[in-house]
Amino acid sequence: MKEIVIISGKGGTGKTSVSASFAHLAQGKAVVADCDVDAADLHLILQPEIISSNTFTSGKKASINPDRCKSCGYCMMLCRFNAIRKTQDSSFVIDPIRCEGCGVCSHFCPYGAVEFSDEICGDWFHSSTRFGTLVHAKLGIAAENSGKLVTLVRNEAKKAAQEQHSDFVIIDGSPGIGCPVIASLTAADCALIVAEPTVSGLHDFERIADLTRRLSVQAFVCINKFDINQTISNKIEDGALSKGITPCGVIRYDRAVTDAQRKRMAITEYTNNGVSQDISLIWSTISGK
Amino acid sequence: MYQPKAECMNIAIASGKGGTGKTTVAVNIASLLSERKEKVCYIDCDVEEPNGHLFLSPVITSRTESLIPVPCIDESKCIACGACVAFCQYRALVRLGKTVMVFDELCHGCGGCTLVCKQKAISEQAKSIGFVEYGTSGRIEFIHGRLNIGEAMSPPLIRDVLSHSSNATIKIIDSPPGTSCPVIAAVRDCDFVVLVTEPTPFGLNDLGLAIDMVKELSIPFGVVINRDDPQIKDGVNFCTARNAPVLGTIPDDRRIAEAYSNGRILIETLDFVKPYFSGIIDNVISKVTP
Repeated sequence: MKEIVIISGKGGTGKTSVSASFAHLAQGKAVVADCDVDAADLHLILQPEIISSNTFTSGKKASINPDRCKSCGYCMMLCRFNAIRKTQDSSFVIDPIRCEGCGVCSHFCPYGAVEFSDEICGDWFHSSTRFGTLVHAKLGIAAENSGKLVTLVRNEAKKAAQEQHSDFVIIDGSPGIGCPVIASLTAADCALIVAEPTVSGLHDFERIADLTRRLSVQAFVCINKFDINQTISNKIEDGALSKGITPCGVIRYDRAVTDAQRKRMAITEYTNNGVSQDISLIWSTISGK
Repeated sequence: MYQPKAECMNIAIASGKGGTGKTTVAVNIASLLSERKEKVCYIDCDVEEPNGHLFLSPVITSRTESLIPVPCIDESKCIACGACVAFCQYRALVRLGKTVMVFDELCHGCGGCTLVCKQKAISEQAKSIGFVEYGTSGRIEFIHGRLNIGEAMSPPLIRDVLSHSSNATIKIIDSPPGTSCPVIAAVRDCDFVVLVTEPTPFGLNDLGLAIDMVKELSIPFGVVINRDDPQIKDGVNFCTARNAPVLGTIPDDRRIAEAYSNGRILIETLDFVKPYFSGIIDNVISKVTP
């Protein structure tokens, strides 16, 4: 079983469109994981039927019990995240959004007035779709611990793939190079970087490429909308080769991509024409099929 | 026209979904405000993938490391009692036999381990997670942060970027994508958030999440519909349904995509786009100033 992570560095380069097409092209031999947990979109194409829904509890949040608080202000002095505020009536309150759940205020309050309880950060789901199993999640509004939720979704997808003897786990990753990306990439079998030929796309490709190298994950790159700027497309492929990353194809600019999305279909499902063939070729290289 | 107040006006550009045009909107608004003789500062808080410098080509005049405190254990004093390990909520400390190991990249720098250690075996040392650069692009002040490759946590760097001093009366804050910790660090002290979307199912789904986020933070906001096609009303309809004010649109035009791909500032390259950004600015300012 091979775990394939689709990432991009820069957002909006086409990760989810490529992931949905791969899910289609795998012909039931893959479990799909949407690891872009704070802006998940794959469900819009895969139209999952939820089989099980689970609460994601991770980390803790502090809150002050006003009955016990003697307003000494010690907690505010210790908090490094400016999460504790003195109100006009001299009582103290904790801003749940600034609180990072470290527990310092709760541990050191001389009056035991700070409660420290488990935080519900979102939900995650096992679903069935026309392409097979999908594991996905929804991070709570303004919630933390997206990296841990990514790890959970990824592990659950892997478990399902083992049970079903699937050939692949296809992981739709998040943009950036930080915590959720590191969580989706660490120890994966291979990564496909979806790049776009713009000055931003080139810059961001180089940073995500360096991250795959640092994590020792075998990486491929494909260039989406390559014909928007052929010069930069060439630069991305040259840059890839110099970093030991394998260029594995290009995808032409085609409005069919947006049309497919509006019809809630994978591109390869929507059309057999050019853009669909481009993606099929990339899948052949990545999947080895 | 906007009358500068004593304090500064902070306008964040955010989106939920990546690649909808945050940086395009931010650099063009900053440039147009500068053209209108405003004292403007462009601040790139997308420290994982900062792109604003590619368009504004700033002359960088200063650079400071962004440091977070991480524990350092004095093995001659540590008795491996495990109090720090039990305390740490982030599992940044692990006991292995008779020693305690520190995993820096998991540390949030709360200082709790130093406080709970009865042996006084833990001190804090500064670790660099990235850097903040300051400079100018013409009359625009420019600040951005760059996270080191391999670092997981961007919020402390984002806070350093935002606390850098500037003389501007309007700050344009280019935010990271998503709806979790990094975006919240970037937008939470803003006066107004401009949410940039595109009228596709993905764009609008993530716009919905971003609207939920700014509402949770109680920050006033409005929406810019990028890659707008007048034939497709999905964007406007979505905003109406969510009671979200539309600040303006930017047309779906290949000339814009090509100018962007080459790192051009649109208002300086394509005459036809200027009125779109002008309208967006006027709408933002009328919403921020009473």
